[in-house]
Amino acid sequence: MTATNYDIARGTALVTMMERIRAFEQVAELAATRDQLVLGAIHLSIGQEACAAGVMHALRRDDLILSTHRGHGHTLAKGADPTAMMRELLGRKGGSCGGKGGSMHIADFGVGMLGANGVVSANITIGAGAAHGIKLLGDDRIVVDIFGDGAINRGPFLEGLNWAQVFDLPVLFVCEDNEWSATTRTSDMTGGAGAAARAQSMGLYTVEVDGNDAEAVADIAQDLVSRIRDTRTPAFLHARTYRQGGHTYFDPATYRPQGEAETRTASDDPIARQREALLAAGLGVADLDRIRDAARAEMDAALQTAADTPFPSDDTVFADVQDIGSPEEVAY
Amino acid sequence: MVQMSYAGAALAALKEAMQADPRVWCVGEDLGRGGVFGQYKGLREEFGPDRVSDAPISEASIMGAAFGAAMVGTRPVVEMRFADFALCATDELINQIAKARFMFGGQSRAPMVIRKPIGMWRSSAAQHSQSLENWYVHTPGLVVAVPATPQDNYAMMHAAIAADDPVVYMEHKNIWANEGEVDTDAPFDWGRAATRREGDDVTIVSWSDTANVATRAARTLAGEGIHAHVMDLRTLWPWDKDGVLASVRRSGRLIVAHESVAVGGFGAEVVASVVENTTLKAPPKRLGAPRALIPYAPNLEDQLRVTVDMIATAAREMCT
Ligand SMILES: Cc1ncc(C[n+]2csc(CCOP(=O)(O)OP(=O)(O)O)c2C)c(N)n1
Repeated sequence: MTATNYDIARGTALVTMMERIRAFEQVAELAATRDQLVLGAIHLSIGQEACAAGVMHALRRDDLILSTHRGHGHTLAKGADPTAMMRELLGRKGGSCGGKGGSMHIADFGVGMLGANGVVSANITIGAGAAHGIKLLGDDRIVVDIFGDGAINRGPFLEGLNWAQVFDLPVLFVCEDNEWSATTRTSDMTGGAGAAARAQSMGLYTVEVDGNDAEAVADIAQDLVSRIRDTRTPAFLHARTYRQGGHTYFDPATYRPQGEAETRTASDDPIARQREALLAAGLGVADLDRIRDAARAEMDAALQTAADTPFPSDDTVFADVQDIGSPEEVAY
Repeated sequence: MVQMSYAGAALAALKEAMQADPRVWCVGEDLGRGGVFGQYKGLREEFGPDRVSDAPISEASIMGAAFGAAMVGTRPVVEMRFADFALCATDELINQIAKARFMFGGQSRAPMVIRKPIGMWRSSAAQHSQSLENWYVHTPGLVVAVPATPQDNYAMMHAAIAADDPVVYMEHKNIWANEGEVDTDAPFDWGRAATRREGDDVTIVSWSDTANVATRAARTLAGEGIHAHVMDLRTLWPWDKDGVLASVRRSGRLIVAHESVAVGGFGAEVVASVVENTTLKAPPKRLGAPRALIPYAPNLEDQLRVTVDMIATAAREMCT
């Protein structure tokens, strides 16, 4: 990373976003464990931040993304407000979804985030469809549809990729491969050569990347996004990363071989790697620490604000179900 | 007034809606050749392959992709071919489409018409004959439409396309060719039953093709001096509870008749709602399929049908 044409501004933007994602999730975890304020399960993406930061860096604000139960990072990197997200985790008024969705259903249509999803793989066909809608409307937005390695073993993976291919849709599928599906090692449950080979077999333009190298992810995402915007055809990115923590915040992940997580975290943490790159490019440790501290302060403040916000009013339980036959009029 | 078939009425409405609004499009298997029941005939020629889109045999993707396209501002009409195959897209409909607006705090809408033809038709047996409408009534977020006549299939298709909610639209396969007069200007109100026959002796509540059976039964009964009020609910969510209660308050007697399985069926909901709110002169009667599987041989199939005779007999027993 000592190349003279190294883009320090982008490198800094990437580390800043990764630090914000990590701080958000570390604070959310404290809000769950220390403060008992997070109501449901949260799935942290600690160790996977490079994928979110690198891919989203290549997008315009009006491009669309869809994500999974492990979607805080993608959502933040697309531009969502962490205070609204933190309120959602706490089930509060003014949360991203008014306290109706929680962590697994965060959406922010204002920044083009069309929803996390509590059903593994379900966002694959929906994302293809968002791209289908864009094609029908005739504008030049694109869709990024992110899912885990476990999602490639459900039917929507085949149906959604095939759909995007036969209809020539402007969508980038990103398999954020953290090696684990809940408590199961995904390779134990996957036939053949895996995500990229499957995508290729359906004709998608497919690229693999070291998903813990934020710069590499950003470079490749930029290429893929330009390609999709120009050709209006789909592409597939397989990003290899690692889930440093448990499946949920309360999962100690004792099913993993002893030392695996520790070794991988010590040797291949995406934020540590990006800090190294920036140090080599001439930034100082103090600069990088300032970025880290600012991220933490931002997220501490988001939690404070969220904790001070009331729960939504009871009657909102009947709002936004449907217009015709709405439970606001007929609930029985 | 225009003469139309049940299938032709929905086709006419769809065509008019597509002419009026470029955001309306349809997607499903074999639509380019007019659809398996001819419900899309001529649309490809007029609107082209993007708006009358063929689809791979990927029900989950047809439903899921149409939903994604709806969230970005198009208005898809989704063809599931048979209600039975729509079960391959259950997650997409029940967990995604029905819930997105609420779960995302009102940020999204899913203005979709999801066509799922139902009913017994030409010895189609257990996987091509089911009437599963009550499954969807049980799912908050969905509107459930079950038209029985050309008039309703015209007006309700228009209303369903215009709706901002996802509408599960279940046409009965046995009556595609039924002809009738259609008033293209007649308004349609969601959740308002149609009176198929006036009468004050007994209220017969029905929907879909069984409403036509009930109307025939009422004709027979009228010859015997029993005057049945036949109510075709037309939509099961919302449903015309007030209209049914008003009728039962006059007649004091209630029969519900439907093709789907009686156990746990929507008829039970109608009966329960009535007895919670008024008293009857006689115990109410539910007529629906036994909890058995739909067979192939016609004589076996007939064992499961709700017939004119069964409805008339139930009314006679109740009124004497
Ligand atoms: C259809 C479905 N099956 C099972 C689950 C339960 N579940 C939630 S997350 C998960 C693991 C998913 O693994 P992967 O797709 O690799 O994503 P990751 O959790 O690693 O981010 C499972 C099995 C679910 N939410 N949806």
